Amino acid sequence: MLGEGIVKGMLETAKNFAGSFVSEERLTTVEYPEQRIPTAEAARVFPFLVYDGPDWEAGLRCVACQICEKECPPKCIYIDKSKDKKPDYVGKMQIYPARFDIDISVCMSCQICVEVCPFEAIKMDTQFELATDDRFGGLLLDCHELAKSNEYYHQIHPTEASEVDARLAEEKAKVEAKNKAAAAAAAAKAAADAAAKAAAPAAEAGVKPAAPSTAPANAPAAVAESMPAPIAPKPPVPKSSEEGGE
Amino acid sequence: MASNLDQIFILLRNWLVGFLPTAFRPAAGVLLGVVAIVCVFPGLFALTTVFERKGLGRMQNRLGPNRVGPFGFFQPIADGIKSLTKEDVVPFTANAVVHFLAPLVLVVTVFMGFAVLPMGRNMALVDMDSGLLFFFAMGAATELSVFMAGWSSRNKYSLLGAMRAVAQMISYEVVLLLSAVSVVMISGSLSLPAIVAAQNQYSGIFPHWYVFTPWGFASCVMFGIAATAETNRSPFDLPEGESELVAGYHTEYSGFKFALFFLGEYLAMFSISGLGTALFLGGWSAPFSFLSVVPSWFWFFAKVMTAIFVFIWMRGTLPRLRQDQLMNFAWKFVLPFTLLDLLDTALWRFLGEGWQRWVFCTAILLVAYVAMSRIGFRRQHIGPRSYRYAD
Repeated sequence: MLGEGIVKGMLETAKNFAGSFVSEERLTTVEYPEQRIPTAEAARVFPFLVYDGPDWEAGLRCVACQICEKECPPKCIYIDKSKDKKPDYVGKMQIYPARFDIDISVCMSCQICVEVCPFEAIKMDTQFELATDDRFGGLLLDCHELAKSNEYYHQIHPTEASEVDARLAEEKAKVEAKNKAAAAAAAAKAAADAAAKAAAPAAEAGVKPAAPSTAPANAPAAVAESMPAPIAPKPPVPKSSEEGGE
Repeated sequence: MASNLDQIFILLRNWLVGFLPTAFRPAAGVLLGVVAIVCVFPGLFALTTVFERKGLGRMQNRLGPNRVGPFGFFQPIADGIKSLTKEDVVPFTANAVVHFLAPLVLVVTVFMGFAVLPMGRNMALVDMDSGLLFFFAMGAATELSVFMAGWSSRNKYSLLGAMRAVAQMISYEVVLLLSAVSVVMISGSLSLPAIVAAQNQYSGIFPHWYVFTPWGFASCVMFGIAATAETNRSPFDLPEGESELVAGYHTEYSGFKFALFFLGEYLAMFSISGLGTALFLGGWSAPFSFLSVVPSWFWFFAKVMTAIFVFIWMRGTLPRLRQDQLMNFAWKFVLPFTLLDLLDTALWRFLGEGWQRWVFCTAILLVAYVAMSRIGFRRQHIGPRSYRYAD
C-alpha cells in the first residue's frame, strides 16, 4: 500500500525522538571535550619516535638510517645524521638523528615509515588534538616533540607493542648469543694458543705434535654456537671471561 | 477577562493608536500590525532553527546543539552574528542588480502572505474578501525570486537548482490551489477569516474542522504534500540538494544574503502552515469547545508550530526524491487524486446532511486511493540489461 513505508519510517523516528529523552544508552554520541570514547587499538594519526628508558635522548631507538625519509610518499620527514655515535639498545655504537622533524601538515598518515623501519623506532600515535594557531612552526614537530616512551606505546597499542618488545628481546638475545660465541671462540683460541705455547718446548723436538693441538682448538669454537650443552665441562673458563667482558 | 486576553493585541493596538489624530489612525494601526508580524515571525524562525536542529538530533539519537547558552538556545544569535560578519561575495560575472534583489524579493513576497492570515479572532492584518487569492499570488511570486537568484549567479549549479525549483513549484502549485479550492467550495468564501469562522462551530465538544471530513482530510494531506514541495523542504528539497547541486539556487550567496534566503524558506513554511491551519485545522478555533477560554491566538500559533514539527519530522525521516519521482508523484498521483477530491467535495455538498454522505465520500476516496497506489505505483520488474550488438 502506498504510504505504508512512510508511516513506518515516521514511527521509527518518533520512537528515536521519544526514546532519546528516556534512555541514555540510545544516544550514540558523547559530549566530546568532557567525555571521550577510548580510541580503537588500531587507530593511527601521525607517527612518533619510540625511546626506551627514562631519558628520551639516550633511549631513542632511531639510528638515522633515513629509510623512512626516503620512503615517505609526501616527503614530510627531515633527518640530519649526527657526527658522533651513541650506544643503541644492544650496546652497539650507532649514529643518532641530530634533527628529526615531521611536518604533520604534509603527513598523510600512510604508516609506510612504520612499515619500513628496521629498528622499530617509529610508530603511529593516536593523539589527534593537534590544532594550533601557528600553521607553519606549530605543525612541524621536532625530535623532542615526537619522542614518546615505550610505556606510552604500550598504553596506546598494547598488543602491537608487546609483539615489538618480544621481537626486540629475541634479537637482543641472538646478538648476545653471537657475542658470547664470538667471545667463547676468542677465549678458546687464546687457550689453544696458550696450550700451543706450553707445548712449544715439546714441539721443538719434532713438527708432529703440533697437529693435535690445533685440532681441539678449532672444534669447541665450531660446536659452541650450535650446541653448547654437550661440551659443558670445557666452557667454564671462557664463560667467566665473557661475563667479565659483559 | 478571557475575552480581554483573547483580544489583548487588538486592545493594545487601539490604545497605542488612540494617541494619534484621527486621520492617521488607520495607517498607524496597519503599520503596528506590520511591525508585529516582522518582529514575531523572524523571532519564531530563530527559535525554530534551534528546535529543528535539536529535534533532528533526537531523531538520530544525538543531543543536538547544546553549547551556546542554556541548552543551546542562544545558537541562533551566534549564527546571526556569524552570517552578519561574513564577507558578502558577489561573483564577478553575476548580474549584480538581480543578484542583490533576489533575496529581498523572496523575503518581501513571503512577508506579504502574512497580511491576510487570521492569527486570532479579529487578528488578520487585512480582512480581504479574496485573501486566499492574494496569498496564492504572493506565494507564486517566490518562484520569481528563486529563478532570479539562480539565473543571476551565472553558475551552472545555481541555474540547475533554480530550474528544478521552478519546475517543482509550478507542478505543486496546481495541487496546492486545487486542494484549497475544495475548502472554498464548501465555505463559499475566499476570505480566510470567513473560512475560519465557518469552522468555528462545535457539535457537542467536537469542532467542525474541515480536516475531520473525508474530503477535507484528503485535501489536507494533499495540501501538506504540496506545501512541503512549495517550500522546498525535505523530501522535496531537490532545488538545494547539497549532494548534487552544492546548494542549488543560493550557491553563490554568502553572508547576510544567504541568511535572508534561509529566513525566506522558514517564513514560507510558517505562512503556508498558517494557511493550512486556516483552511483545514480551524484557524484560531479551539480543538474542544471547553478550551475556548484559551486565547485564540494561542491556538493559531500552537497549530502552526505543530505543522512545523511535522515538517521537521518528515525531514528527519524521508530521503530526498529523484527528479523523475518528484514529477511522477505530482502529476500521476497527487494531481488526479486532488481532482477526484474536488468531485468528492461536490458530492458532500449536495448529498445533504446525514450518514449517506460520510459513507459515500469515504468509500470513493478509499477505493481511489487503493486503486491508484496499486496501479500507479506497481513495482516494475526490469530484468538484467541486455545488449543487442555488444557481448
